[in-house]
Amino acid sequence: MLGWINLLSAWAVPVMITFIPLYAYFKRVPVYESFVDGAKDGFSTAIGIIPHLVGMMVAISVFRASGALDFFVGWMTPLLESLRVPPEVLPLGILRPLTGTGSLAFTTDLIKTYGPDSMIGRIASTVQGSTDTTLYVLTVYFGAVGIKNGRYALKVGLFSDIIGFIAAICVCLLLFS
Amino acid sequence: MVNKIWLALILIGFIFAALKGDINIVTQAAFEGAATGVTVCFGLISVLVFWLGIMRLAEDAGLVKKISKLLGPVVSFLFPDVPKNHPAMGYILSNMSANLLGLGNAATPMGIRAMQQLQELNPDKEIASPAMCTLLALNTASITLIPTTLIAIRLNFNSANPAEIVGSTLLATAVATAAAIVADRWYRRRSIRRKLPPTIPPTLSLKR
Repeated sequence: MLGWINLLSAWAVPVMITFIPLYAYFKRVPVYESFVDGAKDGFSTAIGIIPHLVGMMVAISVFRASGALDFFVGWMTPLLESLRVPPEVLPLGILRPLTGTGSLAFTTDLIKTYGPDSMIGRIASTVQGSTDTTLYVLTVYFGAVGIKNGRYALKVGLFSDIIGFIAAICVCLLLFS
Repeated sequence: MVNKIWLALILIGFIFAALKGDINIVTQAAFEGAATGVTVCFGLISVLVFWLGIMRLAEDAGLVKKISKLLGPVVSFLFPDVPKNHPAMGYILSNMSANLLGLGNAATPMGIRAMQQLQELNPDKEIASPAMCTLLALNTASITLIPTTLIAIRLNFNSANPAEIVGSTLLATAVATAAAIVADRWYRRRSIRRKLPPTIPPTLSLKR
């Protein structure tokens, strides 16, 4: 099962980037010109996202560097300990929706410190693998099309992050202990 | 809500730095964050340019339409207000399958293309349509089959079974996705009930 999955993930991209141009060629699409034409959009889209992403990164960076994050974690620790949840993973739950690279760095650190096969290591791996960075996705996707009012999208995203975090912890405690 | 979160993050950071007696942190962190934002965008350029080129080929060859016709029923449950056979469907599907396979950097350009297509259907270009919110919800929670990066990291730190988290990740993301879909539906209904009546009169009065 696992070998099959690994094979699939290794082959998916190479097959796509070969099959699509080949298929287009047989459909008489001028493949190179069409590619370049579409690729042009990529540049303007990426540039258009810069203001959105810079704004978000500044706020998150200030919040983290000030020690505010550590404070909230320390404040929550007693509650978590009473629930048998290792408090070390809490910062990850808060970081995950905010920053992808930040939470990945944190996960790596947890795995390094406590070992990949410890409960903390497993929970961290599952949390990191299971949700996406909500603020980043929101910023990039809505920024790319110029949406200013995201309505309830952020609420839904953060709600599912919380549920996902709790689910990750429960699943790990059930599966691995 | 983004406005409030953004302001709160900065404000709380400012207060904590001030209480700590090291206000320089704020300046330093702000510029570091700005630099990170630009770096991430520049990293995105190569991925976006490449994948959007490939996606254009798929579009011109009629592949996107074909996919959306084939798997339309699944997606039309989640996106009831997107017309069947609309190209947006094809992009939504490619985005979802890329997420499922853990191809993070391929999923983003497809998601952006899907958003652009949904924007064309959107009557108000500054306010997200319900379909856009659903797409976003699916993306933030996205069911993951293979958390590739994590398996690699675990391998690096000599895990006895690096891939043992595949099952737990799949379960956790399934729960998160279900929660996202339920919450999205709930808000969607509520917003339709609330917002439909007042939006009609202003457009009428404009025409007069």
